[in-house]
Amino acid sequence: MSNDLDDVRFAIASALAQAETLDALEAVRVDALGRKGSITALMKDMTALAPDERKARGQAVNALKDDIAAALDARKAVLEAGALDAKLAAERIDVTATARPEQAGALHPISQTMDELCAIFAEMGFTLAEGPDIEDDFHNFTALNIPPEHPARQMHDTFYLPADAAGTRKVLRTHTSPVQIRTMMSKKPPHRVIAMGRTYRNDSDMTHTPMFHQIEGLVIDKATHMGHLKGCLIQFLAAFFELDDVPIRLRPSYFPFTEPSCEVDIGCSRKGSELKIGAGDDWLEILGAGMVHPNVLANCGIDPTEYQGFAFGMGIERLAMLKYGIADLRTFFEADLRWLRHYGFAALDVPSLAFGASPTGGTGR
Amino acid sequence: MKFTLAWLKEHLETDRSLDDLSNGLTSLGIEVEGIEDRAKALAPFIVGHVVSAEQHPNADRLRVCMVDTGAETIQVVCGAPNARKDIKVVLARPGAVIPASGVELKKGTIRNVESQGMMCSARELGLGEDHDGIIELPLDTKVGSPAAAALGLGDPVIDVSVTPNRGDWLGVRGLARELAAGGYGTLKPLKESKLAAGFKSPLGVTLDFAGEAANACPLFAIRVIRGVKNGPSPAWLQDRLRAVGLRPISALVDVTNLFALDLCRPLHVFDAGKLKGDLVVRLSRDGETLAALNGKTYTLADGMTVIADGSGVLSLGGVMGGESTGCTEETTTVVLESALFDPIRTATTGRQLAIDSDARYRFERWVDPASTLPGLDAAAQLIVELCGGEASEPVVAGAAPAPKAAITLRADRVRQLGGIDIAVHDSLRILTALGFGAERSTEGLRCVPPSWRNDVHQEADLVEDVLRVNGYDKITPVPFTLDGALPQPVLSATQRRSRDAKRALAARGLMEAVTFSFADEPHTALFAAQPESLRLANPISADLSVMRPSPLVNLLAGAARNVARGFADHGLFEVGPAYRDDTAAGQMLVASGLRVGDSGPRHWLAKPRGADAFDAKADAMAALAAAGAPVGSLQITADAPAWFHPGRSGTLRLGPKTALAHFGELHPSVARAYDLKGPVVVFEVYLNLIPEAKAKNAGRARPAFAPSPFQAVERDFAFLLDASVSAETLLRAARGADKALIEDVSLFDVYEGKGVEPGKKSVAICVRLQPQTATLTEPEIEAVSQKVVAAVAKATGGSLRS
Repeated sequence: MSNDLDDVRFAIASALAQAETLDALEAVRVDALGRKGSITALMKDMTALAPDERKARGQAVNALKDDIAAALDARKAVLEAGALDAKLAAERIDVTATARPEQAGALHPISQTMDELCAIFAEMGFTLAEGPDIEDDFHNFTALNIPPEHPARQMHDTFYLPADAAGTRKVLRTHTSPVQIRTMMSKKPPHRVIAMGRTYRNDSDMTHTPMFHQIEGLVIDKATHMGHLKGCLIQFLAAFFELDDVPIRLRPSYFPFTEPSCEVDIGCSRKGSELKIGAGDDWLEILGAGMVHPNVLANCGIDPTEYQGFAFGMGIERLAMLKYGIADLRTFFEADLRWLRHYGFAALDVPSLAFGASPTGGTGR
Repeated sequence: MKFTLAWLKEHLETDRSLDDLSNGLTSLGIEVEGIEDRAKALAPFIVGHVVSAEQHPNADRLRVCMVDTGAETIQVVCGAPNARKDIKVVLARPGAVIPASGVELKKGTIRNVESQGMMCSARELGLGEDHDGIIELPLDTKVGSPAAAALGLGDPVIDVSVTPNRGDWLGVRGLARELAAGGYGTLKPLKESKLAAGFKSPLGVTLDFAGEAANACPLFAIRVIRGVKNGPSPAWLQDRLRAVGLRPISALVDVTNLFALDLCRPLHVFDAGKLKGDLVVRLSRDGETLAALNGKTYTLADGMTVIADGSGVLSLGGVMGGESTGCTEETTTVVLESALFDPIRTATTGRQLAIDSDARYRFERWVDPASTLPGLDAAAQLIVELCGGEASEPVVAGAAPAPKAAITLRADRVRQLGGIDIAVHDSLRILTALGFGAERSTEGLRCVPPSWRNDVHQEADLVEDVLRVNGYDKITPVPFTLDGALPQPVLSATQRRSRDAKRALAARGLMEAVTFSFADEPHTALFAAQPESLRLANPISADLSVMRPSPLVNLLAGAARNVARGFADHGLFEVGPAYRDDTAAGQMLVASGLRVGDSGPRHWLAKPRGADAFDAKADAMAALAAAGAPVGSLQITADAPAWFHPGRSGTLRLGPKTALAHFGELHPSVARAYDLKGPVVVFEVYLNLIPEAKAKNAGRARPAFAPSPFQAVERDFAFLLDASVSAETLLRAARGADKALIEDVSLFDVYEGKGVEPGKKSVAICVRLQPQTATLTEPEIEAVSQKVVAAVAKATGGSLRS
């Protein structure tokens, strides 16, 4: 009796081995397990057997049926995998071809540098103040202890707007210092602010443009002295230039709105035309600073016998040029696409001290 | 201001090196612009003696010279025509670097004859253009000595830049005094003049000023010196002036220049023979003229300080003398003037007439009143020494202003402001060395500023002097931190908007530019007629003469340059000021941008398309969204300023009155003015008009997240509308049809053409319904659909397209 099962098994196995396509395999399945299939026939035949015979026979046929079903599934998996491989092979594309283009935008180095400055001074408790580009004489000069006819006014190469009926003429602010005045006149001390923005001087050559940007710092309270000024600037320069050791040198100087006044040099080294910021054998002038002049405090209604503090100012282009190796000031304002791509910064390069004051990469570099 | 080291040492007893002194000047606040130490550059060059000069055996034009160096005799082949026996020459030996060429000299063989050195011409040493032959030194020059000294170049020239508050540093003595105070030497006493007065001055002086103008010239003094013989000044004086870049003129003039440089005491000399009567110092009258010493004739305005005689104006006080009374070789009687002129009036005069002179430079910064009479006497003495003659008694008109009042320096003030402890006795020592009349008082120090200082008015000025001379480097840095608090947000709402808009626009593929706030008139006029108040009175050029009404004025010019360079497709933006008037409120903060050309380069996958108004609309919306504007509730109207394409531009409004942004195609005539061809689209967003969020902490928390468990349903509708109906009207009507159920309405097709009657358009929208309480049934969906159709019909007059 078992021989007939072996015959069926052999016949199906042979057919299975020859089935090369899913269609052929389906035909084998129908021949074995379909309504008229050989195994289905064996199952039907068992109804004629005696119960004791039927049990043994049933176990054998069921085992055969399970084996065949498993073999069919296995063969089907192989054929399906082969068919998929063939299909995918036919779908091959040239992945070395270029992807769809996207235009990468970028931030101007001035914007990026301003964000860096903000991030650094925020950590020292400064907030950002602002004022208009078109200033009156009082805020730009007089309140800053630069009375009319003061020789310092001649230092400023001021742009003037037309005189009004009363003969007074407004100016394009020559520095961000008028924001000091606006801050001190609008709020009560203590003050700890920076101001950044456009400033204007009637000067144009290799190293001057008629418009440039400045950052101004102002601290007014009852105790801040020149030691704090030094500490503040050292911390700022170390963070901005990302250096552990930033030698600075304060040189006495003169500004009408500070007393004592100083110019601040940062250590550097020069090799040929290459300039490296940090400890070196040379100095580079980087900003002007000092203790706010008592006359300026008094002009703003602050009692100079009670309050004191420091102020500083520097050129933002200069900072950007030193940090990012930009050689020519004039190129900042030319909207030259090549330059913007070369020196620009990605939109997501948001500086912060915690995540890095400098960007991780530019747009095209 | 230039001076030489030897000159400085006439006033300063010091053994410090030049480098030390240079550092000293810097630390005291006197910026050293440069040091020209030619002795250093010429150090390898020595004086040689040509012992013999023979014809070169193989070259007609060369000579073989034996040159004594003082230590040995070397053989030098030389081609100079004046190379001959028994002259003293400047000799370079192997290893020396020739200044003109920068080449190091090596031993060589010239036409088979060895040459062990080189005899130099002036040009080779970088001392001039003379290359006709080698330098011949005086025959008594010591062989082997440094050539620099023999050439009169041994004295280093120091160039310093002086801050405008320190007129006293415009004389060598003032610098020496400062160095002495800083511990760099000892100030030598000034020689007192003991010139006897030989006769009474035949010439009188009157100060003729009314009222407040008296300060124009409070003090004017002269001495008349007769019997002088003017001519070239002696070599020491000529050398000194030349070393600092002045041209020697004649003994009389050179003496006045010397005193200006040495003691910061400007003087003037008149040829007495050319004067017509007594001198009157007064203010000029409009229209008077003066032919000045610089060869130019000036027409004076009212109120300039002049010295006049019977013939009229002779000289501009403190600015420049006149040609008619200038001293010449023939001068035999000279009037020497020493006076005090008001700084402001001097500066104003100089500026009005555009005259820069050493005298003006000093008077407008402050000349020591106390130097007027001693300076007069000392100069008279030197004139007599150099030119002979005898001097009259001084004639003095007016008087020096009263000395300044004492200022108190409280004992603790240096520490309070400077953050450094400096003992009172050290402050006293420093201030005394600077010339203050300083003494201890109950509060600290009582200090009378010296007459040569015009910059000391209050205690802070004294603090600066003490800190400065003590050394800023001695101030210890103190960490500057926030006291026990975390940093607060530093930006105002507008500042934050500006920053966020920039990053949003950069993220959209636009390049940020920064352009000038002023522009040229023709391009500005394309955008707005700027008021007169925004036109610069003194522009740097016509190109930069008007405050811009929009950043686009300059941004478009930038785009045009980029296109001309071959970048046809790109986008730029700028976040910056635009000016409506000259008030603070008239300065707008604008985010502007443009796109020109195609959306990208030709590409095998994506066909580029021309930039269109909807690119600009998306840019504007992105900037507005980043800046925190309520973009969902903005109205869009089909109007824009005249520089936009009238049919392809729009305005984003917050209510009917507030336009927050414009966008669209640039008007073709504006594009043409910039020479831009092809599509140009632009936008402008007024960041300063976006309303501020109401309260600091309002609106941070979002509503609870409650997604509906029921399936959303989308239904499409195509409406047949008049072509003039705006999409905004349709969308608004559809959205409003059932606010509870309709979550979103989107526009997905607009069609005009075949199948749609002329003057009409077919517009298709997709309406998304989101039920909240139960799954929508077909009848419910049908009911909402009817509402949508009804609402659209009511708002637009359109109907469902069949």
